[in-house]
Amino acid sequence: MARSSGLVGESLLGVRKATHRPPNTSSLGRYLFILFIIGLGMIYAAPNLFQPDSALQIKGTSESSPVDQRVLDLATDALEKAGITVKGSELAGATGLIRVESNEDQLSGQDVLKTALGPNDDFTVALNLAPTTPEWLKDLGAKPMSLGLDLSGGIHFLLQVDMEKFIGDRMESNQEGIQDLLRKNRVRYAGTNLDGRQLVITFPSEETRDAGEVLIADQFVDFRILSRDVAGKPGLRLTMLDNKVRELEDFAISQNLQSLRNRVNELGVSEPLVQRLGRSRIVLDLPGLQDSARAKEIINKFANLEFRLVASPQARPSSTETYMYEGANRLLEKANIVTGDQVTNAQQSYDQDTGLPQVSITLDNDGGRHMNEVTKDNVGNSMAIIFKELKVRTRTVTEDGEEKTVPYTVEENRVINIATIQSALGFRFRITGLELGEARDLALLLRAGALAAPMFIVEERTVGASLGEENIEKGQLSIVAGFSLVLVFMLFYYKGFGLAADIALTANLILLFAIMSVLGATLTMPGIAGIVLTVGMAVDANVLIFSRIKEELRERPPQQAIQTGFDRALLTIMDANITTFFVAIILLSIGSGPVKGFAITLAVGICTSMFTAIMGTRALVNLMYGGRTLEKLTI
Amino acid sequence: MSQSITTIDFMGKRKVAGVISIVLVLASLGLLGVVGLNRGLDFTGGTLVEVEFTTAIEPESVRQLLEGAGFQNGLVQYFGTDRDLLIRMPPQDNTQQADMGGEILDTLRETYPDVVMRQNNYVGPTVGEELTNDAGLAILAALVAVMVYIFFRFTKQFSVGAVVALVHDVLLVLGMFSLFQWTFDLPVFASVLAVIGYSLNDTIVVSDRIRENFRKIRKGTSVEIINRSLNQTLGRTLITSMTTLFVLLALLIAGGEGIRGFATALSIGVVVGTYSSVYVAANVLIAMNISREDLLVPEKENTDSAMP
Repeated sequence: MARSSGLVGESLLGVRKATHRPPNTSSLGRYLFILFIIGLGMIYAAPNLFQPDSALQIKGTSESSPVDQRVLDLATDALEKAGITVKGSELAGATGLIRVESNEDQLSGQDVLKTALGPNDDFTVALNLAPTTPEWLKDLGAKPMSLGLDLSGGIHFLLQVDMEKFIGDRMESNQEGIQDLLRKNRVRYAGTNLDGRQLVITFPSEETRDAGEVLIADQFVDFRILSRDVAGKPGLRLTMLDNKVRELEDFAISQNLQSLRNRVNELGVSEPLVQRLGRSRIVLDLPGLQDSARAKEIINKFANLEFRLVASPQARPSSTETYMYEGANRLLEKANIVTGDQVTNAQQSYDQDTGLPQVSITLDNDGGRHMNEVTKDNVGNSMAIIFKELKVRTRTVTEDGEEKTVPYTVEENRVINIATIQSALGFRFRITGLELGEARDLALLLRAGALAAPMFIVEERTVGASLGEENIEKGQLSIVAGFSLVLVFMLFYYKGFGLAADIALTANLILLFAIMSVLGATLTMPGIAGIVLTVGMAVDANVLIFSRIKEELRERPPQQAIQTGFDRALLTIMDANITTFFVAIILLSIGSGPVKGFAITLAVGICTSMFTAIMGTRALVNLMYGGRTLEKLTI
Repeated sequence: MSQSITTIDFMGKRKVAGVISIVLVLASLGLLGVVGLNRGLDFTGGTLVEVEFTTAIEPESVRQLLEGAGFQNGLVQYFGTDRDLLIRMPPQDNTQQADMGGEILDTLRETYPDVVMRQNNYVGPTVGEELTNDAGLAILAALVAVMVYIFFRFTKQFSVGAVVALVHDVLLVLGMFSLFQWTFDLPVFASVLAVIGYSLNDTIVVSDRIRENFRKIRKGTSVEIINRSLNQTLGRTLITSMTTLFVLLALLIAGGEGIRGFATALSIGVVVGTYSSVYVAANVLIAMNISREDLLVPEKENTDSAMP
């Protein structure tokens, strides 16, 4: 690694020497290359100059209600009637977009459209910031950076998926499965119970245990036997395989992600971010949204439906459960006919006769067929509809001598309706027995799909629209002020060379914005701080070069001093930047949200500033001073 | 802007500087141990609400109003203007914690209907704890990465010197935050890592020159060579620190409350980092008896004999 700095500098820039060019000139190709890169940078940075429009986005909630020109016209008419100026409207696929003048118009416009587009919640209206990128830039794939929540306003949630409960439920159903298996094969067992993530089965004898072990090993391949006796007696202690646990966790997360995406669309958020974080967490960013109470109600609601037959009095007790309905105990079958998971569409409406809220439900193929078979055989019997809800409670536990509040979930099941089966039911039917709010939310949740596992909110950040706007203003002002200060200082201190540095710095800022935009990075307030800091620090490479040239001038003629100055400074610049780059990468790997924004700008800024200082400034200095005899050089 | 290089005898005062640095580091450690950092919501968990009123407001009246509504142990203070208030609640037991911000806002709206929600943050206790661990780990990782890189690129004296300088800078910044009890939140933490990056930049530029001079100048003591290197790089060190301070000043003045802690920490870091690249890193080199032999270029194209 240890080589003399002079050698490295010459070997990196040595090509020029071999071509016998006059000192400090660059080939035309090199100038063109630099111009090309900066030209590209300008194109891809340009979209950030266009302020986005406040807009309203209209989407249909199901395929039966697409957004077409008719809906769009209806919407613009309604807005204009309410005194809101419409700047433009466009249709993209099944989504309509209406641009309005201001944030206030946007908010009141959302309310106007919600009533105008019909009470049957066929459409959702979302707040949106529509880019105003000109067509020719769009054609080149250029797009502006999206704004982080601290700039756009909105809500950020960090959700913890309750894996304990989810895996626990799976363990319970496996426990029942194993009991069934042993019973069917007439293997006697003394009892089963769950001990955390372990399943313990006790047997009356070693023979029954061995027989049970064979059956379980054959049928329950996801389990591993930990020990073959329990408290000195014959028994089996089983645990789920780690990769199976992970598989279940992955399933729970992806199911929850999907459901959240659907729910968030229903909430009217145009560009939500729904993302897994680590093993059991989900990040949810809802730009533009302000009503966190409503958001919480919807995203964290764990509600589902179960359809079951009312049990006949002769039914085996182990296959039935007792529920309260209208003040009386009713015995229901444990087995579900269908559940909310098999619902493909649900709409809230009102019963034409009674005017009471109802939910119209459409089942999927399997669910519809099964419903039809079961109800066909049970005409005259009764069917119950159970509304299941999981609610988050907290309790205080003492752990390591410290009191901690831990959230947990409780299941609340309520029979909302028991009705006599009049005739065989099919794919579509209606259910009643809910309050209006409940019916509306249930329809939404059934459409969105159930959560596989309940979730807790472990972090929530809401940024008000006014703060967001103020942050943008302040961010812009700090960039402009910081940048101008540096430009003026460099020009004043280094004269001609300062001009070269200023142009290189401007190019640096353009490239930084371009790369961030192309990478699809999100601009946040710490990100802006990162940009400002990059400007301050990008000067360093130039300063290193110039002070080196200044020093060399004492020993060499000007042209040679420029040459040696650049070469000698190069190694220092590389060393200094590579180590700082390390720090940026470490920040990037540990940081969440705000830290990440800062780290990305820092990392990109280091790369662009190296390019502009080493290539850009060099070319400019060559252009200004190279290839002619210099008697004296002021720097 | 004279063309001549300064000839300040930096290393002549190295013992004094060393003592000052050690005292400052010990004072910072003491402050951190006894008083500790005023950790922000990101690290402690809890609820934080920023609200804007239409007219000037007394924090005390809002505190009493909240206490009357059952929000105990809250902290209410001005934030930027006398119409802006920051309300912070520690994690509390047996409530639907994530809803507390909303409840606080509802309580305020009953008395002040025009109050505007600026931000409403809730951080769960486990998240805060994890962040504290991750943050410590990140600083350690950064220091180790730096140490390894410099060890391979330079020598072990430079590697130790750089890390001592970085630890020095980080501790002094943290010490200042502890002394004035400024809130230490996530942006400030990011800023501390940026201080590492910045100070490292400075240290490497100086180290690079020391190495070059050791190889180039055949006469003179280590102290003389280091002095000369520091003088040669002094111009650059000051100019870069100055431009960086310019932009930080812009952030401090124009960036608003949210970014103030970040800009403050970095400003301190830039000043301390500039000092440490001159006095701490070079001091360690001398203390570790750096000599020309440590830096000699291995015999050209004869790497076999250079590796015993």
